[in-house]
Amino acid sequence: MTLPVELENSDSLDSQTMISLRDVRVSYGEVEILHGVSFDVRRGETLVILGGSGSGKSTLLRTLVGLEKPSSGEIWIKGKNIAAISDAEMDEIRKKIGMSFQGGALFGSMTVGENVALPLREHTKLEDSTIEIMLRLKLEQVGLEGFQYYMPSQLSGGMKKRAAVARALAMDPEILFFDEPSAGLDPIIAAGIDQLILELKQAFRMTIIVVTHELASAYLIADRMVLIDKGNLLAIGTTADMRASTQPRVRQFLDRVPEPEVAREQDYLQMLTQDRRL
Amino acid sequence: MQFVSQIGGSVTNGLAYVGSLASLGGRAAYYTFVGPFQGKPVRVQRAISQAMDVGVRALPILSLITFFIGLILALQSAYELRRFGAMNYVATAVAISMSRELGPLITAIVVIGRSGSAFAAEIGTMKVTEEIDALETMAISPIRFLVTPKFLAMIVMLPCLTIWANAMGILGGSLFGVAQADFTFTRYIRASMDALLLRDIMTGLVKSVMFGITITAVGCQEGLSTGAGAEQVGRSTTRAVVMSIFLVVLVDLVFTGLFFFVSDR
Repeated sequence: MTLPVELENSDSLDSQTMISLRDVRVSYGEVEILHGVSFDVRRGETLVILGGSGSGKSTLLRTLVGLEKPSSGEIWIKGKNIAAISDAEMDEIRKKIGMSFQGGALFGSMTVGENVALPLREHTKLEDSTIEIMLRLKLEQVGLEGFQYYMPSQLSGGMKKRAAVARALAMDPEILFFDEPSAGLDPIIAAGIDQLILELKQAFRMTIIVVTHELASAYLIADRMVLIDKGNLLAIGTTADMRASTQPRVRQFLDRVPEPEVAREQDYLQMLTQDRRL
Repeated sequence: MQFVSQIGGSVTNGLAYVGSLASLGGRAAYYTFVGPFQGKPVRVQRAISQAMDVGVRALPILSLITFFIGLILALQSAYELRRFGAMNYVATAVAISMSRELGPLITAIVVIGRSGSAFAAEIGTMKVTEEIDALETMAISPIRFLVTPKFLAMIVMLPCLTIWANAMGILGGSLFGVAQADFTFTRYIRASMDALLLRDIMTGLVKSVMFGITITAVGCQEGLSTGAGAEQVGRSTTRAVVMSIFLVVLVDLVFTGLFFFVSDR
């Protein structure tokens, strides 16, 4: 795949790298969730972050969009280390990223159209008529033409996610983040969302980062995958790399082998006390 | 020793809480008074609709409550005053205690029940459904977007409601005055007006503005610090009401004390 090479002022990034994480650690209070994660996201690729529940993958995503501050490490996005910039600078970066939340996170008191138009109204000085055109375009891109005046509560789960994607696309972002795009959807609707992600990637050459635990969806949309396990980066590679991996823990996840059951009571107690010590 | 450290811990927590309220209030004040001059406009439409909710829609219930409170005040003061044959001071007693104390306080408590709780529930629900996070990732300050219109509505509407509450209280008192204390309606109203100094009304209004700031800060702070899950929204709402009532009484005490020592009436 050839990518448009731009010569940008990237002091620490080569032009092929969009996001770069260096030994990122994140803690909630005393508990460390991510224990030093490092990887790069290339321009124009779709990177899927895989991991089980409680693996820290959602925390990783929240950190990437600046909702959590890392306790140490660096995250370079567009030549800025977002772990060490002011709120104002972070806001500038946020205008170039879009995020689609798990439940959509549409504002319940506004219509779908108002939701999608909100970033444009807040951050641009465009005329209302221009915003109107843009918002119709965005809704069309996600297959929701005609739903402008609906309230979010009148939409189905899949449509809410599409509307959320339209809102994330409003500012023509360079990077698009998805949190569990297929969670809570039936397989057909979920496949539709996967298709939408593929279309966005082909149409706009956007850098897309998806957090999910749905393997089927990951195999379909990913250029590369990152597997997060217990707050550590377990593996990173192309879809083919992952399929061919012989690492036991990777295989366990990809082959969906359940955790060995804790048989004896004593083991369980030991596990509890060990957890306490963390 | 443990007892002392517990007291110390509670005091520190209390101070931290008041600090978080002050920080929220400060940022809301920034977005209300400074932000508009730096290209961050206040959502005036939203502030007006909030003002409708906080103010206009509270009028029926507030009128009823303060009317009854005025009537109760008249009855209670008459109970004592009639022993001295001073029934004509009922109007004075009602007017002064309404406008200096009970008007602002009862208004604040009604507004806490109606709007302080609603603020916490609204913002708490938005927190749980990641709408607050969504605002932040869109580079929109939740304080400017959500809290500032509420602040503006509250600061404007609470004094208005308080004036209305004072009037309704005096009206309630007049019912007793006319029925039981040989007042005519106009004489009762005139007696009330004569008893009131501008200072009585102004101190009440200053307090009501302070109450408005307190109620908004607590409601929004509780909403913003909501944890995960619907249950937490309920907890935030409860905490918002309890903390607001407590802090409003505390603010009341501080300002009443201040007015007492500053004025030489």
